[in-house]
Amino acid sequence: MRHQNTTRRLANHADADCFAVFAASDSTQKQVPRKGDSDEQSGEGGGPQKLAKRGKELKESMDALVDEIDEVLEENAEEFVKNYVQRGGE
Amino acid sequence: MAVPKVMGTEVEYGITVKGDPDFDPISSCVLLVNAYREDQAGDILWDYDQENPLADARGFQVDGEKYTPNQQENIARNKTLMNGARYYVDHAHPEYSCPEVTNVRELVIHEKAGERILEASRREANALLPPGAQLLIYKNNSDRKGNSYGSHENYLMDRRTPFKQIVEHLLPFFVSRQIYCGAGKVGSENRGHPVDYQISQRADFFETEVALDTMVKRPIINTRDEPHADREKYRRLHVIVGDANLSEYTIYLRNGVTALILSMIEDGAIKKSLSLRDPVKAIKEASHDPSCRVRLQLDDGKKVSAVELQKEFLEMALAYTSSRSLDVVTKDVIVRWQHVLECLARDPMELHEKIDWVMKKAMIESFMERKQLDWDSPQVGMLDLQYHDLRPDKGLYYLLERQGRAERIVTDEEIAAAVHNPPRDTRAYFRGECLRRYGSAVFGVNWDAISFGVNGEPIKRILMAEPLKGTKVYVEDLLTSSPTAAELVRNLRT
Repeated sequence: MRHQNTTRRLANHADADCFAVFAASDSTQKQVPRKGDSDEQSGEGGGPQKLAKRGKELKESMDALVDEIDEVLEENAEEFVKNYVQRGGE
Repeated sequence: MAVPKVMGTEVEYGITVKGDPDFDPISSCVLLVNAYREDQAGDILWDYDQENPLADARGFQVDGEKYTPNQQENIARNKTLMNGARYYVDHAHPEYSCPEVTNVRELVIHEKAGERILEASRREANALLPPGAQLLIYKNNSDRKGNSYGSHENYLMDRRTPFKQIVEHLLPFFVSRQIYCGAGKVGSENRGHPVDYQISQRADFFETEVALDTMVKRPIINTRDEPHADREKYRRLHVIVGDANLSEYTIYLRNGVTALILSMIEDGAIKKSLSLRDPVKAIKEASHDPSCRVRLQLDDGKKVSAVELQKEFLEMALAYTSSRSLDVVTKDVIVRWQHVLECLARDPMELHEKIDWVMKKAMIESFMERKQLDWDSPQVGMLDLQYHDLRPDKGLYYLLERQGRAERIVTDEEIAAAVHNPPRDTRAYFRGECLRRYGSAVFGVNWDAISFGVNGEPIKRILMAEPLKGTKVYVEDLLTSSPTAAELVRNLRT
């Protein structure tokens, strides 16, 4: 690595400088989560009928999804999946 | 008192070239990473002097050779970005390590910004490939042929908390948290028990409870002791057990609940021992059961489900937080955690718009039903893979999101802003702003250091051992009063 020795030599010096600069203030900022589309309150338990209705709605909605997937799914799935080989990582 | 949970994630992406089965993953990664261009001038080194991946948290140094590339290779493989992130080639995968953030909402924003950066560079890189070849990127953890790559979380912890205590409480927590963190996978690998579908991409690959290694004989708890901060005060818990998630809700819970549990461990608030008799076996049992009903054996012989284990942690969290004033994000995490556990106890499929593995399973099952397919059909394998595809028009997670079938936590505008801007409340701000303002004078970067080479003077390295310093509040005056790097260096000296 370029200038490795000088880098090492200066590390302590730089640390002392950095401490002085970074000790100037002490406050952190907090982020506020957005409210809105969370459905945490929608826990409608419901009887079996209500559950069946929800199941039916879910199915209809998923049918619409399948149509969309058909349009974008890779062709030649078998070969595509077979060719997807990775080396182990980390 | 627990230290603030500064956190970040490192995601290794899958990479392939369609139309070229003989593609070389490493040169494809180099092409990809170098295709991403920001305005910053100059070639910047990743500062390997600051690294020590062979230190073990149990208090010893492991023998082995530390990787230090030559200068040319270093520059070709590493990019530090103006948003404070590191985008680089790790072995045979492109990896994105997001900048340090102080809360999980910011974490979601920055992890999602990483997806956009990978996709932007993918498009650029594609223009350089021969006609017919197309580079593709996947945010997943397995090729379903026995090869796994990681998605790691990092959390700042108090060095005084004994590592043994962390291990004891985290093993049952990690084994059980996958029921709301898993990214889902068709089938099993690594000589796992055959299944149609399982909760986690990674569970099949864990072979031991605690160890330093991440590539072979993977441990549930990784002991790498490389704090990238003041090592007298802090440790960085390096979590390798998680999946790469696409769902914002899932990322939010994954890091949010884990950060809370870590604070509780630091404050001695985990009062119950929930040790499992065989965590390595249990992590697979829980993953292989999408009904979330399987009973896992505790050390005392009792059997509990993963949901019940998580409810025990939740109870302790509610007790812990009842006497504390909480920030809004942590409050929100707890509300959602509770809700998700209730759904999992009733019917996991209720989470089909929230949790990755359920979203993927619901999508695949609808497709299978309509098309009369089995779990071992190639199309089902394709759905599994394409869920993780980073192309906005092809990726099936993005399809769900576009159709309002994925509950959001953050906005597209926030993600777009994070592609170019660092978080303001960690040292990532200083790193990112230095690159933006003085890019051509930056010599090298690591998480806790940035060095400058100006006017032929010796290289000056600035250490940033405190992750919560170098924030906008700390350094804005310094930066505005330093129009050039030379002046910055001079102002630092005075």
